[in-house]
Amino acid sequence: MKTRGSNSADTINRIRGALGEHLLNFEKKSGRRVYIDIAPETVLEASSLMFEETGARLQIATGIDTPAGIEVMYHWALDSEDCLVTIRATVAHEDPSLDSIATLCPAAEWIEREMWELLGIEFRDHPDLRHLLLDDNWPQGNYPLRKFPSGQEVIP
Amino acid sequence: MSKRTIVPIGPYHALQEEPEFFKLHVEGETVVHLDIELGYNHRGIEKLSESKDFEETVFLVERICGICSTSHPIACVQAVEDAGDICVPERALFIRSTVGELERIHSHLLWLGLAGHFLGFNTLWMWAWRFREDVLNILELVTGNRNHYGMMKPGGVRRDINDTDIPVIIKLLEGLKDPIAMFRDAVIEDPLVHARTRGIGVLTREKAIAYGALGPTARASGYDIDVRRDHPHAAYGMVDWDVITCGNGDVFDKAVVRILELFESIRIIEQCLNQLKTVTGPVDSDPRFVATGEGIGHYEAPRGEVFHYVRSDGSNRPVRHKVRAPSYMNVPTNRETVLGETIADATIILAAVDPCYCCTERMAVAVDSPGGRRLWGAQDLIRMSCEKTYELMDESGLRGPEPPPCAAAGQTRDSGR
Repeated sequence: MKTRGSNSADTINRIRGALGEHLLNFEKKSGRRVYIDIAPETVLEASSLMFEETGARLQIATGIDTPAGIEVMYHWALDSEDCLVTIRATVAHEDPSLDSIATLCPAAEWIEREMWELLGIEFRDHPDLRHLLLDDNWPQGNYPLRKFPSGQEVIP
Repeated sequence: MSKRTIVPIGPYHALQEEPEFFKLHVEGETVVHLDIELGYNHRGIEKLSESKDFEETVFLVERICGICSTSHPIACVQAVEDAGDICVPERALFIRSTVGELERIHSHLLWLGLAGHFLGFNTLWMWAWRFREDVLNILELVTGNRNHYGMMKPGGVRRDINDTDIPVIIKLLEGLKDPIAMFRDAVIEDPLVHARTRGIGVLTREKAIAYGALGPTARASGYDIDVRRDHPHAAYGMVDWDVITCGNGDVFDKAVVRILELFESIRIIEQCLNQLKTVTGPVDSDPRFVATGEGIGHYEAPRGEVFHYVRSDGSNRPVRHKVRAPSYMNVPTNRETVLGETIADATIILAAVDPCYCCTERMAVAVDSPGGRRLWGAQDLIRMSCEKTYELMDESGLRGPEPPPCAAAGQTRDSGR
């Protein structure tokens, strides 16, 4: 089997250049894994860069609640270059909102609904933001995957 | 304009074993819109994983799905290995690919049988499942189990393949080649299968890319992705095989891709087993701890790429464990493929992505952290279910006499615990 081989350096440099001052932190964990931090308000631009200009495939997005805020990670695969690029934006507990990328990339529609109901992240301009996995009667403001509830009732 | 009606398929699916709710909006016989409702199979596995150590997590994700019961563990251990920079012995890599490909054969045969059943081609169903039994026998020989093999662990595999078993496995695989060739001919040459599947439920390449479709669903639409080749892992970079693609994206091509992949899987297993004769050594690097860090593992399951993300804080448990199964990306493509088709074709179209609902839904918790207090006990769930039933009865004006006494109906939230 001829593998396509990892020669992602050029693409990664192009992504870094295009993100410019939006790029807050860059970590190359290995030749096959890259983690990039960006400001939350630039998520839509960064996703457009990855999906439309770079031709990356959205594997999935993930959220993690941390004391510093909720980290939202978009995992993009560069299939022809054997590299996974994770773009990460941290939103504050006080205003957990992000631009939806579902209109740009329909693959994100379900996962944004999931992150909305489980982590309480508001996705602006999502075409159909409603419960995906939980029941429609799930109490408002109760987010199962939150670990550091802020502004919501702390149950002893 | 004709009247629009909703035809519900589910939540208890008329044909498949798992619950999922498809609302087909139809005008006459034609489907004009599809609404998919999830959540009937929801077990809280991602949250549960945070309470397990890294070795237990592998057993947990093995139970996400009975069919992909080695794909999730392979992706999971690769994520842990990526997070903690753990090495895997070469012999273990060949064993991982062997078990993974055996699973692909039995999964594809299972789907082929079901597809035949949905089309009314029950002979295909019975033959496919009869030969799937032979694959399960091989899996039992290799792993000790027909399903849920318990083979993977961070740093290697739990069980070696005995040298004396290798000729037996090769002989059993040899016996599968003719039946698979028969299935290929039965599907490709059968006029009935053509009539029911050709040009039906077409997913274009553009839509496949937009929806992030995976596995045979993507490859049937000419979207040439396969994690085994594109991001080599296990032994896939060390053996010779081909990625199967088709171009039409209809149900027929999805079937053809899966059937032809069976031959590739046998090729891969044969090469892995031959390598095992010469590649000796341990099958487990026995890592003692997982360093702080984050890792991504992915594996090409029978239905497409399985994705696991693990973050470790240096303790023996993951801080976060994200699982994304292929059906999560493939099922939404139904919204495109079923449009404009008839109700009669909808069943096979919805089944053509080889959906796996228990994979798609893994999360739910009735526990609120950090206090760990249970939000709802079983009694509360019964009470809520009763309430909802009466709510719906009220809405539809069907409410008759007062409800029969419901065990938990009068209880408060706290007393139910």
